[in-house]
Formats: sequence, C-alpha cells, structure tokens
Amino acid sequence: MPVYLFWFFALVMLFGGVAVVALRNPVASALSMVASFVGLSGLFIGLNAFFVGIIQILVYAGAIMVLFIFIIMLLDLKTEEKRAPKLAPLLGGLGIVLAFTIQLIGILSKSPNIKAEPLDLAAGAAYYAERSPGISTKLAEGHLPDVNLIGETLFRGYNLPLQIVGVLLLVSTVGVVVLSKRQTT
Amino acid sequence: MASLHDYLLVSGLLFAIGLAGVVLRRNIIVVFMCLELMLSAANLTLVAFSRFKGLNGLPDYNGQMLVFFVITVAAAEVAVGLAIIVALYRSRQTINTEDLTSMRG
Repeated sequence: MPVYLFWFFALVMLFGGVAVVALRNPVASALSMVASFVGLSGLFIGLNAFFVGIIQILVYAGAIMVLFIFIIMLLDLKTEEKRAPKLAPLLGGLGIVLAFTIQLIGILSKSPNIKAEPLDLAAGAAYYAERSPGISTKLAEGHLPDVNLIGETLFRGYNLPLQIVGVLLLVSTVGVVVLSKRQTT
Repeated sequence: MASLHDYLLVSGLLFAIGLAGVVLRRNIIVVFMCLELMLSAANLTLVAFSRFKGLNGLPDYNGQMLVFFVITVAAAEVAVGLAIIVALYRSRQTINTEDLTSMRG
C-alpha cells in the first residue's frame, strides 16, 4: 500500500475516533464509529490481512454497530443536555491520555524501526508443500490465499480455543436472554 | 509502504482516544463504543506485527488468530453489555454514569 493511502486511512480512522468522543448525540457517535472502522479495515487490507479487513467491516461496522444503533433508538436517548463538565475528571483523563501518548512516543523513538519485507510466496509454497498441497499450488501461482491460510492455521493449530470460543458465544447468548427476560414474578 | 513505527503510532493514538472517551464521557453506551475502539487498536497492533515479522515469507498467521478471538470476545461482550444497559435503563430510567450512585461510598 502506498504511504499516502496509509495516512489517508489512518486519518479517517483517527478522526472517526475523535468524533466518537467529541459528538454529543449518541447516534452521531455510533455513525462516526462506523467511519473509524472503515478506515481501520483499509489499514488491515494494506497489511495483506484481507480476511481480517472484511471481517472488520462485516462484524463490527455491520453487526455490532447495528446493535448499538438499535439499542440507542430503543432507549430513545436524547442528546445529552449540556452539563458543566467537572474539572477534576477532565484534567485527570486528559493527563492520563497525555502521559500514555508521551510514553508511546518515547518507546517508539528508542525501538528499532522495521521496514516490511515483500512477501516471499515461493518460500511459503515450499513450507506448505507437504502440509497442504492446495495452498502450496496457489502460492506457487503467485496468489496469497489468505482465507485458506487462516483456515489452515485456525483448524490445525487453534482447534481447542475455537471450540472454547463457541462455548463462550453460547453462554453469552443464554446470558442475554436471561438478562432481557422480563421478571414476571 | 509505511513502516512499523507508523502503524504502532496510529494504533497507540487510537487507543489513547478510546481511553479518553472511557474516562471523559458520561453516556454509558458511548463508553462502551470507546472500549471497542481500544480493542480495535489492539487488533491493529497484532496485525501489524503479524505482517512485519513474517513466518516463512508469509505473514505470521498466529497473530491474526488472536485478532479473531478478540473480535469474538468483543462481540459477546457487546451483546451482554447492551443487555445489562437495557435492564439498567428499565430499572433506573437513566444511563448517565453520574446518576448511578447507589454504590458510591
């Protein structure tokens, strides 16, 4: 990805994030969060993580943000009335954020800066030649079969965590049903 | 292509924005959205390291696995959290964190 595209997507993401915090209307916050996630997805695609980028749009910008907007509409929230912001939390919060940013810049200025090496698809093809011939063929043809590689890693190396995550989703579904059931007793 | 420092800087700034939202905002739904922003910043860091420290000439897909698990846990957290918010709104008629003072010492 060219550098100017990186900065374009990064600025979309950061401005979206600032708008989430700054805007008073919760619906406007939710929509600017969608913009932020679209920028983030562009960054993922620039990092050759195509599947993660698509999932970011489908799951976050699609499903989760629809859930947020649905709840905001359901609760019929008005724009927050202007309350005088208390000084102590404001200063404390901004102080924490400032300290965090200064630490980040300090660490980055001392750690080695790596440039990305171009992907070596032939080496990948040789590595997957025995384990997974289909992936190896596609790599040898010069494509990066992102979804195939993710599926290979997920089901070969992370099978137990995947099933545990499935149980987690089931538990959270049951929890949501229990929480939102009206108490009739 | 942008270097690793650029990605880490952008991701750290996004995390700081999310942190500021969690500390400063009073609307509990917006606080939740800012939590999502922080998780996304962590995801960006993971994917950046996965690309910049490759494995066998390809991105290190072990890093991207963690991204999927983070996304799944975030989705479960949002579902449960929003259900809790709805239950809270039903009993208290407010979602402003300054008005929820029953556990304040």
